[in-house]
Formats: sequence, C-alpha cells, structure tokens
Amino acid sequence: MMTSFFPLWPVAASEHAHSVDLLVIAFSVLIVALSAPVFILMAWFAVKYRRGKPADRRHPVHRKTWAEVSWSAIPFFLILGFFVWSSVLFYQLYHPPPDALEINVVAKRWMWKFQHPGGQAEINELHVPTGKPVKLLMTSQDVIHSLYLPALRLKQDVLPDRTTTEWFNADKPGTYILTCAEFCGTDHSQMGGRLIVQTPQDYARWLDKSGVGMSLAEQGEALFVKVGCSGCHSPAATVHAPQLQGLYGRQVPLDNGRTVTADDSYIRDSILEPQKDVAAGYPRIMPTFKNVLSEADISKLIAFIKSTPSTGSAHP
Amino acid sequence: MTSERADYADLPGAAGYGESEAIQKSYLRAGHTLRSWFLTTDHKRIAILYLISVTFFFFVGGAAAALIRADLLTPQGDLLSNEGYNRAFTLHGVIMVWFFLIPSIPTTFGNFLIPLMIGARDLAFPRLNLLSWYIYVLGGLCTIYVLISGGVDTGWTFYTPLSSMFSNGHVVMAATAVFIVGFSSILTGLNFIVTVHKLRCPGMSWGRLPLFVWSHYATSVILVLATPVLSITLALIAAERVFQLGIFDPALGGDPLLYQHLFWFYSHPAVYIMVLPALGVISELITAAARKPIFGYWFVAGSSIAIALLAFLVWGHHMFVAGQSMYASEIFSFLSLAVAVPSGIKVYNWTATLYKGHISLDPPFLFAMGFVGLFVVGGLTGLILAMVAIDVHVHDTYFVVAHFHYIMVGGTVSAFFGALHYWWPKITGRLYNLVWGRVTAVLIFVGFNLTFFPQFILGYLGMPRRYHVYDPHLQVLNDMSSSGAAILAVAYLIPFVYLFYSLRYSPAAPANPWDVTGLEWTVPSPPPKHNFDEIPVVTTKPYNYPVEQKGDGDA
Repeated sequence: MMTSFFPLWPVAASEHAHSVDLLVIAFSVLIVALSAPVFILMAWFAVKYRRGKPADRRHPVHRKTWAEVSWSAIPFFLILGFFVWSSVLFYQLYHPPPDALEINVVAKRWMWKFQHPGGQAEINELHVPTGKPVKLLMTSQDVIHSLYLPALRLKQDVLPDRTTTEWFNADKPGTYILTCAEFCGTDHSQMGGRLIVQTPQDYARWLDKSGVGMSLAEQGEALFVKVGCSGCHSPAATVHAPQLQGLYGRQVPLDNGRTVTADDSYIRDSILEPQKDVAAGYPRIMPTFKNVLSEADISKLIAFIKSTPSTGSAHP
Repeated sequence: MTSERADYADLPGAAGYGESEAIQKSYLRAGHTLRSWFLTTDHKRIAILYLISVTFFFFVGGAAAALIRADLLTPQGDLLSNEGYNRAFTLHGVIMVWFFLIPSIPTTFGNFLIPLMIGARDLAFPRLNLLSWYIYVLGGLCTIYVLISGGVDTGWTFYTPLSSMFSNGHVVMAATAVFIVGFSSILTGLNFIVTVHKLRCPGMSWGRLPLFVWSHYATSVILVLATPVLSITLALIAAERVFQLGIFDPALGGDPLLYQHLFWFYSHPAVYIMVLPALGVISELITAAARKPIFGYWFVAGSSIAIALLAFLVWGHHMFVAGQSMYASEIFSFLSLAVAVPSGIKVYNWTATLYKGHISLDPPFLFAMGFVGLFVVGGLTGLILAMVAIDVHVHDTYFVVAHFHYIMVGGTVSAFFGALHYWWPKITGRLYNLVWGRVTAVLIFVGFNLTFFPQFILGYLGMPRRYHVYDPHLQVLNDMSSSGAAILAVAYLIPFVYLFYSLRYSPAAPANPWDVTGLEWTVPSPPPKHNFDEIPVVTTKPYNYPVEQKGDGDA
C-alpha cells in the first residue's frame, strides 16, 4: 500500500515492475527531448519576432526539404528502438515459466474469488509467495472485469466464458492493492482487495492454516463422481465416452477433421458446450453442464483432469 | 487588430458603436422571423444554429464534469451514490463526445467558413445541411430524455455484455440518441466532400485550398466511412437487449470482444474527427499570427490525409489487455506509433512557420500556442500508451483519462475557442475586448494543466478510471485536479460575458480586422446572404504574405 501523503511513484514488487519503470523513465526522457525544442522555439520566436519589433527576418532563398524529412524520420527511428524494447517485455508476459504455481480466479460483480492448488479458497485477498512464478487462470461469471495489480505493473481483462491468464514473480513481501480496472457496473470502484506477497515460509504457514483437507484436484475428483461425470467417463462405464485419464495437453482429433490441444479452455468448453467440438469416434450424446456447475466447480474439475497421470496410450 | 484600435473613430458605424452598413446588409438581417432561422438553408445561419446547440450541450456535459470533480474531492465519494456517479460520467462522456466534440468545429466553423474559403455561395446541398441540424436536435432530445428519466450507467463506451444484458439504465434510448446523431455526422461529411470537389471558385486549385479546408476534407472522409459502423454496432446492442439475439453476450453464444473491435473501429477514427478540424484551425491561426506563408504547405495538407488513413488502422490499441492476440497487439502498437509522424510534421512545421514571422500576441495566437502545448503533451503521452508493456500498467487508469483530455479538451476545445476569437468579427460583425480574450486564453491553459496533469501521476500510481471511491492517499492529487477544474469552469464562462457584450456595445468590425489573407476576409463582416456579389477568381497561393529574402535589402 502507499504510505505517503503525497505519493509520486508507485511501489514495485517484481523485477518486471522495475523493468517497466525503467522503460517509462527512459522513454519520457526521449519525448521531453523531442518536444522541448518546440516549446522553447515557439516561446523564443514569439518574443524575438513579435510584430513591430525589429529583427532580421530575411529567409534563405532555397528551402531545405531534407530538414522537413529529417525532423520526422529521426524521431521515428528513435521511437522504434523503444517499440522493440517494450515488445520484448510484453512478449515475456505471454510466456509464463512451465513450473508456475497456478491459481484459479473467478470474477463476479463485485468480488474476486481465488482458489489455490491445495484447495484453499479466498475472497478479495490473494496470498502468493515470493520467488516463485505465479500464473493466474481467470474467468468471469458475468460481465468483463480486469484484474489489476499496480505494484506488479500488471493488468489483464477477465472475460465471461473464456480463460485469460496473467503471471508474475513477486520479489518483495508486502500488502499491495488488487483492484478491478474494467468498468463493471454499480460497485465497480469497490471491487478490490489486497495482494499479500509473503516469504515462502509465511506462505506455507498460511496454506496450512487455510487448508480444507482436500486439494483442488481432490475436490474435483469428488465432484467428478457427485455430478455424474464418472457415469460415462470412467473405465467401468458402459457408455461409449472418451477416457479423460492423462487428457490434459494431448492432441485430440475431432469429428470434423480438426485437431485441438486439450487445454483449459478446451476442457471448459467441452463441459459447457459439449456439442461444439466432439472428439472423433464418439456419439454426440453429452448434455451441457452450463446451469449445473459454477466457474469455481469447473476449475476444480479441470484441476482434477490435469492431475491424472498420462498412461502413455491414448485409450487406456 | 491592435493596430486598428486607434482608428475606431473612423470605422463605419463607430459613432455610438451603432450598426454598420455591412451588418444591415448581412445574412444576420436577411429575415427576422423565426421561420427565416428555423427553415433557413443559408450555411451561415445553420452554423449559428449549430453554435447555439453545441454550446448548450457543452455546458450540460460540463455540469456533469463539475459533479464528477466535486464528488472526487473526498476519497469516500460523499456527494454521489455509486450509481449516481456512474450515471454522471456516462452522460458526461456521451454528451461531450457525440453532442459537442464531434460536431463542434465542423458544424459551426466548417459550415460557416468552407463556402466562404473556397469562393462558393453555399454548401453543395443546403437543404441537406438544414436536415443535418434537425437530425442533431432529434438525437439531442433523445439524450435529454435519457438525462431526465434517470440516465444510463454503462460508460460512453457501452461495453458488452454489461450494456446489453446487465445494465438497468436507459441503454436503448441512449444508443438510439447516438445512432440518430450519427446520421447528422454522415450527412455533414457528405456535404463537405461534395462541396470541396464541386464548388471551388475559378483558380481555387487543390494546391490553393486553405489548410482549414484540407483538414475538414480529411475529417469528412472519416465521418462518412466510420460512422455507419458505429450505427450498426449500436443497433446490434439494442437487438441483443430487446430480442435476446446472441451477438456479444457469451451466455447467448456471442463474443464480447467482437463488440470492442466494432466499437473502436469507429471510435478511434472518431478521435481524429475531433482533432483534425482543430489542426486545421491552428494552421490558420498560426499563419495569420505570424503573417507568413505556412512552412511546407503540402506536408501539412498531406499529413491531414495521412492521419485520416492511419486512423482506421489503430483501433486495436484500445484492446492490449482485452484478450486479443499478442501479435495483433504488437502490430497495433507499431501502427499507433506511426501516427506520430504526420502529427509531428504539423507541430514542427508550425514552429518553422513562426520563425522570422511578424507574430502578434492577440487572443487567437495565444489559444493556438495553448493548443500546441496541450496537443503535444497529449500526443506524446499517447506514444507512452502505445508502448504495449507500459499500457498493461496504465490501461484503464487516470493516465488514459488525462491523455485523451489533453487531446480532446486541451486540443479541440482550445482550438474551438481560438476559432471563436479569430472569426468572431467575421461571424458577428463585431470586435471584442482583446484583453479579456488574452486573459481567457491564459486561464484556460493554466486551469487545464492543473486539472489534468495530476491525473497522469494518479494513473501511474494505479488509480483506475471510473472510480469514485479511491485510495485515501490519492486525495491531494485529486483535490489539485478538482481545483483546476474550478478555474477551468470560470475560464470557459468568461467569454460568454465579453462576447455577448460585444454584440451590443463593441465597434463594428471591418472586412479584414486582422489584416490577413483568405477569401473569407474579402467579403464584408458579417458576410452578405449570398457571400460573394461576384464569384471571386483566385490567382495566388494561400497565405500569400510577403517574405523578406536574403539579398532583398542587403544594400
């Protein structure tokens, strides 16, 4: 949180945040250098060549076209250098390390719900450890929201019916602002909470204290049986349905000839809109679970499917 | 104008500041009935009708801004409820964008001046011009209905599925208002394009068009090409809300990002609809103040066209964090940076125009200087926002709010006031008090910066836009902003007093009070109903001021 009465610069709690700050400062220096001549010359000319004041106003006979071209081209090439710099930082935001800690986020008007892999759930507060990449898998239950973490210089819109991600590696323990940046209706300006960055030891202690006995995947497994998925999708079932063991990350051939990767959004779509992409060789008989499962339930099921080990063969 | 002051006694009608012959024969006196105003096809009278209507909406939108800034004085948002605040900023945005900024300069000064500047007796379609005004008024009445029946709470951007399925305000009526006023824009744009192509007087080649006309031509192209996209998008929102058609709401099988693509495909070019006419005004004011030909005529004229074309290729920079593909974001980032080139050309060329000029410090020039300062800050912070990695942090924060107010209010509104002070003698036939004009120009500049500069800092500190409950540590910066807004409000009201005063008590204006070039200054002030007794023939370049050259008087 900001502590000063008159803050001028936000705290930075990750290496990425420092990189963005450096880029902003360097780029600001460039644009001040590009615009200062305009301000200085305009003011100077207004004084020096004021109407009625004697001054040398004789122009050279030939105009210099190269001057006109150069004062557009040179700044543009300088700016392009910064474009590359910024694009590299942006590229990193789309490429989280594979070992990142995955936390599920569900946004709804006007609260944030976070679910840790160990099953711990929290509302409007997000506990994360330092020194470990954290990847947020986010979806919304109603309108578009945006999870904004100013101390990490990060923001990503959270959409209904879709999973978006944002990842970071916080390095400074503390309590920071967590807020919604996309206008979402009446209480938009109060849809926020706290990002609590802890040392790994404190984080482990918090996980212990908040534990519910079952990890997210275990809760998903219980749900898998409870809502009836296992009736078809288990080896003992008589219905001809795909086995989900080790499905996550595999290539799935579809009955329309395409092939998709079984990622979060494919599994999610298959639960909510089973007729959209049907695996090749299976009848179109699965019902939708749209009004049966909440977004939080779906993330538990996905966690369960992810946790099942791959057996090496496509059809065990 | 200063040089003329000593000669007031010699001016026609100066005795007791009565009416000059020009005023008696002018378009203002060609008919006194209501019918002669409300059914007029004279582009000058229609411009006056527009001037009154857009000014009305400027003050309605301004009142909403005053409420917003008053509410933000305290971090708890004591003045308004959450719902009330959302309705206030939505109406502020809707009214200012569609009922003031977009029509502001084109429908008033463009309407009044384009025929005069190109040596025509009217626009190509005078009755269509009147129809545009009636359509504008109809859209305006729908907006007023929304205002008094409780408002709308979606933000001016009407993002789905909030607007289509969740909001409980008058979304359909507000969308209808914007839909209707869009046709007014389309018809005005069409009228301008045909007029510039077909009604230029003999000798007025494309290379002799005033830059004001060039920039309005570029604006008209955008109006005609982009506005229909907005109209159909708003119609789709209404269809989804009323008939549950699944277009944008995923619960009905739609795609919310599709809405954002369609909306910004119009709304980014709309920013250039607002700013291009302003750039044209400033080119006129600077050459007139410097009494020098514009530096690099073709570069300045061509940059208007380049801006209009690039305007259609940068909409995705509003969606860097919305969930579009990384590669799309990189491309939109690059194209957005490219807009800096034509914009930079204009600013550097204006500076070069002042070099070795004969610069007068009258109000129009001071407004132009204010414009350049604010436009440059707005443009360069736009480059910061176009840098994708930085935008991820400052997107949807007060940094963005500050940036676009520098362009739209600091830029366009300053240019609007500059145009008002430059062409006021031509439009009304009256001079006005130059000292008050200078005071206003300076006050607007100071008030504006105090209002909006702190918002850049607020944004980088992480204050999201559309927040009325905010972190208490940000109160000092917010209070600075609100106090600047109070100065700005006063500065916008002062011209009302001295300009209205001038209508009755100031000396009559000569045909060319600033002693400048341009066909509009060759006719009496105010112009007669048919503009030109005889259609003029143009034989010289625009801004044909004498330039001292090396060798000219060396002996």
